[in-house]
Amino acid sequence: MPPIVRADGLVKRYGGFTAVAGVSFDIPAGCCFGVLGPNGAGKTTTLRMILGMTPMTAGSLSVFGLGMPADGRAIRRRIGVVPQADNLDPDFRVDENLEVHASYFGIDAATARARVPELLAFANLTDRRHAKTDTLSGGMKRRLTIARALINAPDLVMLDEPTTGLDPQARHVIWSRLAALKARGTTLLLTTHYMEEAERLCDELVIMDQGRILDRGTPRELIRRHVEPEVIEVRAGDTARFRAFAEHHGCRLEQQGMSLYCYGQDSAPLLGFLQQDADLVYLHRPAGLEDVFLRLTGRELRD
Amino acid sequence: MAADWSLPRPGRGALAVWRRNLRVWRKLLAPAVVLNFGEPTLYLLGLGFGLGAFIDTMSGMPYLVFLASGIIASSAMTTASFEATYSVFTRMQVQRTYEAMLATPLTLDDILAGELLWCATKATFSAAAILAVATLLGVVGGWQALWVLPLAFLIGLCFAGPALVMSAVSDNYDFFNYYFVLGVTPMLILSGVFYPIEGLPEGAQAAIQVLPLAHAIALTRPLVAGLPVNDVLLHVAVLVAYAAGGFHVALALTRRRLLV
Repeated sequence: MPPIVRADGLVKRYGGFTAVAGVSFDIPAGCCFGVLGPNGAGKTTTLRMILGMTPMTAGSLSVFGLGMPADGRAIRRRIGVVPQADNLDPDFRVDENLEVHASYFGIDAATARARVPELLAFANLTDRRHAKTDTLSGGMKRRLTIARALINAPDLVMLDEPTTGLDPQARHVIWSRLAALKARGTTLLLTTHYMEEAERLCDELVIMDQGRILDRGTPRELIRRHVEPEVIEVRAGDTARFRAFAEHHGCRLEQQGMSLYCYGQDSAPLLGFLQQDADLVYLHRPAGLEDVFLRLTGRELRD
Repeated sequence: MAADWSLPRPGRGALAVWRRNLRVWRKLLAPAVVLNFGEPTLYLLGLGFGLGAFIDTMSGMPYLVFLASGIIASSAMTTASFEATYSVFTRMQVQRTYEAMLATPLTLDDILAGELLWCATKATFSAAAILAVATLLGVVGGWQALWVLPLAFLIGLCFAGPALVMSAVSDNYDFFNYYFVLGVTPMLILSGVFYPIEGLPEGAQAAIQVLPLAHAIALTRPLVAGLPVNDVLLHVAVLVAYAAGGFHVALALTRRRLLV
């Protein structure tokens, strides 16, 4: 089966600033594909290029086998978009938002009206169907935006940081909705900087920074490739003796503020050491994507 | 960055944008009707009868006829100008409605074309309301006055074009003060709505002939008064030129602004 999206050497420059510096990837059908990266990595610009909202400086892009930008309309007809910041239409109620958005796809009014109840049920918004959109909570707006993105029964849904700014309850609801979409076979393209989100949802992901793709793989592959399997974070106490002990055991150490991160293969002797010193507060956990992410993109702040 | 000056290629999606605006307008029908009927009625009654008591005829017609036929054109101008500035800017920048639209098969060409048609539609509504009031006041010369309605649509297109340019370059609502104080209001006062332009200095008359409102009035006035209409082609050509030129510039500048 041909890939849903095939990007080859995508570049976006703004004057002297390079936002996307030549990225290539393809997204298989039915896959949940994640783009991970810190702020300013070029994630949103890449998404906008796939939609044809940002003209590319160089590179080539085909979606559903159609060429961007020549077939922009036909491509967008089959995509649903959940943007980073909500842009629901405040002039309309909840159900009207779906109907009006459908009209932009050329879907006739009767068909659109028939689809609304199912979409509202999917988004748990049935009892809010006549509410004004500005009375909705942040989580409800996100769910409505997701419902809106499905109005054209898309083959690909693109979500730009879909859970940023939501509380844990709302975030879990969104995740369950996205998992349901994936189960139906819809291809998902998701940008995020929440590692838990990427680990839960994504079959494959790329890590981006400064406009480049640093690596690609499944979450497990990336963890195996870039970090040791276990992590001990020592968060309080005098770590000087432990540091020497850990180094002796071949651990890789990173200091971040008060915390010492110790990455290694076998933590048993280290844990034995830590248990003897009651002043040391620590956390022992398996390595995750966050460790990969920090390893690849560094610990400096991105503003 | 260089703007994309390729010719506008709007498709049927423009009608979806137009229908969206109509749907919002219908929700706010009551205040819209009050505005459309109330304002011209006040002008016609207040100025028409108040000034009309001192002015018997102007340009060979009763003052109320002169005023009503001018206000139809100026009201189409202000309605289209407000819609294409404040309302369009709200949808483009504040509510980010265009961003949502651009993620669908709609193109920016469709969106701005839909806006242009909508501005002209609102201008037609306002002209229709004034024509109705003027008819009730008995100042309309005959059935040929109905030509004012398609003409008001054209006047709406003519003023929406340049106003869309303002929206394309504006950073905030205050910016529109320049356009209204330096463009729209001088036209309203100087282009022959309230008195004939023949009374102005010759230089001013020439300048006014370059601007579109005088041409719009040159068509509405005889149509309302029931007089023969002269130089139709010239006046229509000026209105079409402002509409087309304004729209093309607005589209190029809006592409540069949004499609980055």
